[in-house]
Amino acid sequence: MKIKDDNYMKWFRLIAFVVILLTTLVCLFPFLLIISASFTQNESIIKDGYNLIPTVFSLEGYQTVFRFPKQVLQAYGVTTIVTIIGTTLGLFFMTMAGYVLQRKDFKYRNFFSFMIYFTTLFGGGLVPWYIMMTKYLKLTDTLTVLIFPGLMTPFLIILMKNFIRSAVPDEVIESAKIDGANDFTIYSRIVLQLSMPGIATVGLFLALQYWNDWFTSSLFINDPSKYQLQYYLYNVINAMSFIAQMGAGTGVSIGDMPTESTKMAMSVVVTGPILFLYPFVQRYFVKGLTIGAVKG
Amino acid sequence: MRLTINTIGYNLVFILFGNVLAIALAVLLSELKSKWFKKLTQSIMFLPYFVSFVVLSVIVYNVFNYESGFLNTTLTKLGAEPMDVYNTPWIWIFLIIVFYLWKNLGYSMVIYLASITGISEEYYEAAKIDGANIFQRIWYITVPMLKTTFIMLLLFALGTIMKGQFDLFYQLIGNNGMLYNTTDILDTYVYRSLKVTFDIGMSTAAGLYQSLFGFILIMTVNSIIKKINDEYALF
Repeated sequence: MKIKDDNYMKWFRLIAFVVILLTTLVCLFPFLLIISASFTQNESIIKDGYNLIPTVFSLEGYQTVFRFPKQVLQAYGVTTIVTIIGTTLGLFFMTMAGYVLQRKDFKYRNFFSFMIYFTTLFGGGLVPWYIMMTKYLKLTDTLTVLIFPGLMTPFLIILMKNFIRSAVPDEVIESAKIDGANDFTIYSRIVLQLSMPGIATVGLFLALQYWNDWFTSSLFINDPSKYQLQYYLYNVINAMSFIAQMGAGTGVSIGDMPTESTKMAMSVVVTGPILFLYPFVQRYFVKGLTIGAVKG
Repeated sequence: MRLTINTIGYNLVFILFGNVLAIALAVLLSELKSKWFKKLTQSIMFLPYFVSFVVLSVIVYNVFNYESGFLNTTLTKLGAEPMDVYNTPWIWIFLIIVFYLWKNLGYSMVIYLASITGISEEYYEAAKIDGANIFQRIWYITVPMLKTTFIMLLLFALGTIMKGQFDLFYQLIGNNGMLYNTTDILDTYVYRSLKVTFDIGMSTAAGLYQSLFGFILIMTVNSIIKKINDEYALF
């Protein structure tokens, strides 16, 4: 039976429509601003300021970014390698941890679960961690230091645990055991197959975390050839502001250095891959989050 | 002490506004009919979550820069005085909150939207037959049904209330001493002591204080929750 909508309903829908539309525009606005600025001529930015539509169209920002392609590509390379290795290794460790922690016949699972959770509650803070990494593990200026800290994220382990618990029924594991499968076969042939959406979600979280990381570089990396992309961008921004200030302070024209549009072009280049992949991965993300977070 | 208050204060505001707005948007979005419009807007709102904080600082600079920022360009065009945002501490309180919301709203909205989708259609039909209008249906069915999700997110957020959003604050404020009074939090202070002023003793002490105080806070909150309702307790 179809019940007729009441009078309020129409108005409510209209208001909801308008509010959602406005919020969406607000969310989209900064992206448009940056993309437009990256295509604007630098002089025009300095003269007229930033606008939503480029006043004078030009590609000089992108040209400057790729004038020295080696550095940009190197940073790209570092970030890509770190993201791929980190995500793969991290997924391996975290699915293992999640699987073991949800097995009911593992006697100390509550103890270990609590220990993992406890690290999010209480820890030494930044400095002991820093000393540990530099003094004892001697990881300064290595790619390992960029990968290592993200491998076991407590939040993601808990998410994974909840996910495996809801995706893999105990009976399945029991019957596989009766059929003679050992624990590792169960893990690789059953658990991994059944919890694919969860693995996709955790994997995306991890990849995003590695891709957007600038903090680890800023702490442990002194060698510019090992900068991550985000930290490279951060340095470019600072260098550009410095150049602009110098130019303004001494009165010397820095004419051929399009600082503003370069910054914007660089941001677009850095964010590009994510925005490009986004439509493909977003579906899994929403799905996995829903199952892992709400039902867990 | 000021640092502690800043850290906790910002986090409380983040939790409150973040959740209330996310619930409101999720409710509005769930009532819309057009499927492709829903999908599209939801995707766009989720988009900022994927942007790094470094790029966020570029965006902020782009909009609020004194000479050529979008805000001042627009203000001058309208004939108003340009604003010197980077030297006005109080504005940053709002800016930080706004950009936090911009970045995280989509994420929490998706979680709430998922639990709204999980509510059985039958409740709404029964309410419609009884003559409840749309506002009554939202207030008496949807909102109570979201309570569990809300409490779960709230508790997780309370657990990290002493940990500030380091990336957000550091990238937006940087080493701009003008703004420390209103925008310095424990995390940025610890980082600055370590990397900028090299006061390692101070940095360690502040870090340990943060950890310990946060830990005591969580234990207290958890034991209170346990007394009120055992089911919701964290551990």
